[in-house]
Amino acid sequence: MAIGSLRVASTARPTSLRVRLRTALDRERALGPLLVTPALVLLVLLVAYPFGMALYFSLSDSFIGRPSHFIGLRNFVNLWDSDAFRQTFQNAFVFTGLSVACKLVLGIWLALLLNEQLWLKRLIRGAVLLPWVIPTALSVLGWWWMFNSLYSVVNWTGIHLGLLDPPGPNWLGQKYYAMAAVVVVNIWRGLPFFAITILAGLVSIPRDLYEAAETDGAGPVRRFWYVTLPLLSPVLAIVVLFSTIFTFSDFNIVYVLTRGGPINSTHLFATLARQVGLETGRIGEGAAISLYLFPVLVLVVFAQLRFVRKRAY
Amino acid sequence: MVSRKLLRKLGIHAMLVPFLIFALFPFYHMTLTSLKQNRELYDRNAVPLLIRQGPTLEHYQKLLWETEFLTWTKNSLMVTLIATTVSLVIGTVAAYALARLKFFGVGSFGTGIFVTYLVPTSLLFLPLAQVVNWLGLADSKWSLVVTYPTFLVPFCTWLLMGYFRTVPKEVEECAMVDGATRIQALWRIVLPIAVPGLVCAALFAFTLSWNEFIYALTFTSSSDQITASVGVLSELIRGDIYFWGSLMAGAVLGSVPIVILYVFFLDYYVSGLTAGAVK
Repeated sequence: MAIGSLRVASTARPTSLRVRLRTALDRERALGPLLVTPALVLLVLLVAYPFGMALYFSLSDSFIGRPSHFIGLRNFVNLWDSDAFRQTFQNAFVFTGLSVACKLVLGIWLALLLNEQLWLKRLIRGAVLLPWVIPTALSVLGWWWMFNSLYSVVNWTGIHLGLLDPPGPNWLGQKYYAMAAVVVVNIWRGLPFFAITILAGLVSIPRDLYEAAETDGAGPVRRFWYVTLPLLSPVLAIVVLFSTIFTFSDFNIVYVLTRGGPINSTHLFATLARQVGLETGRIGEGAAISLYLFPVLVLVVFAQLRFVRKRAY
Repeated sequence: MVSRKLLRKLGIHAMLVPFLIFALFPFYHMTLTSLKQNRELYDRNAVPLLIRQGPTLEHYQKLLWETEFLTWTKNSLMVTLIATTVSLVIGTVAAYALARLKFFGVGSFGTGIFVTYLVPTSLLFLPLAQVVNWLGLADSKWSLVVTYPTFLVPFCTWLLMGYFRTVPKEVEECAMVDGATRIQALWRIVLPIAVPGLVCAALFAFTLSWNEFIYALTFTSSSDQITASVGVLSELIRGDIYFWGSLMAGAVLGSVPIVILYVFFLDYYVSGLTAGAVK
């Protein structure tokens, strides 16, 4: 109602409209920068500047409480002589590749199920999303207990279902099992994001496309392959890109479950950077390890901007 | 026909069961462990999936009265509330400017916001620790109040930009024609329309900062400054003896604020999740 009366008032005074709009537009040039200044200051001081520092650290022999010297790219080169770093590099790709692939497949599957007519729809969606909202550090503590070497409920259940031979593996203490455990927990935590976002993509696919495909004689599999998947691909691309950067840079899960062990077999860049940079004090080397996340970030940002630009503008 | 439809529906529910067990079992097991008596907890012949010998609150009592858990929770609440409020205000005005106003550099600033939105916290925690030192905030919860906006502001801005774009421009222009300034139009017209977006941004900002771990772990360490997650993880785990009951009680209680919000605002979480990623 109020809007309607405002509109009447505005059309009644056409000359003042133009004048006032012009002054408002004039003010826009000043108001815009004014409104973004707080955000800009914050991001320059606490994101751009630290990033510059990270670059500097990585090129120096910086050590906690000692003056540092410029040493060029030596940190980056030295890292390749370290077994721990080479192992971490490999882990990061295995961890990210496995997790993202599983999350994508399971996420599509789960989203398709959630897109059906369901009883208690809201409750089911709520349950599915739960792992994503609970503090990761705390929920992973629960997984730590579930994988405990003596009291593992995973092993107990597996043994009683006849899937594992007693006493079952020591999940967090054996090389490949530890990686499997870390990947499973990452899937557990990231799957809701995939499922719910893909579900949103599914809902936006027009129904008549399916009907048309059905009249043309396409079965459920072909409808999925030729209608759902192509129309879903922009959403899938965005979800995969997002998840790649956040999986690649994961810290919480590995820190809580294994601290990178056994023998560095689950270390990721973030956990190794913390161990080297803070626990042993070699900040320069730690910063260099962190910066290995950067190329991935650049790739993802570049790809994202292309997608986002296409969709938003 | 009807029975075939019903059968299909039942089948779909059956296929959802493994997903639901996967999603919920860790929480069930955590809660169960936190309520179990030690005698049963450490009995390797007992069934771990049930409580057979009666529940107990001793782990919760131990957590609340024998550790600093309440202080950690208070710290978490304080940091989260201040950081969320500040970020929401900064994010709102920035998002409005980016969505509505034309000025020098608006496009590149928008891109900049998006890029920082994607910067993971684990990339910058080492140099930020140095910055925190210089600011004189080492080992203080205020370091978190200062640093959390670095990921909350880009997030809020990005989310709210999407919402502001959905508010028709004409509504605002009409108000300005009637003599309102831009700020008044923003305050009286645009913000009330964008309330769902603001609620969404506030919820997500609250959740993100409550759940933040790596900054809290790096910048704070004293028992009276740390947050709930860090407290449970670093103060309850000492040496090789773990008090599993209390640890799980801490994990449960530390999640309570988020669970409460979640129960009341589930739909906002669902819509915000998709908006943040897809919009």
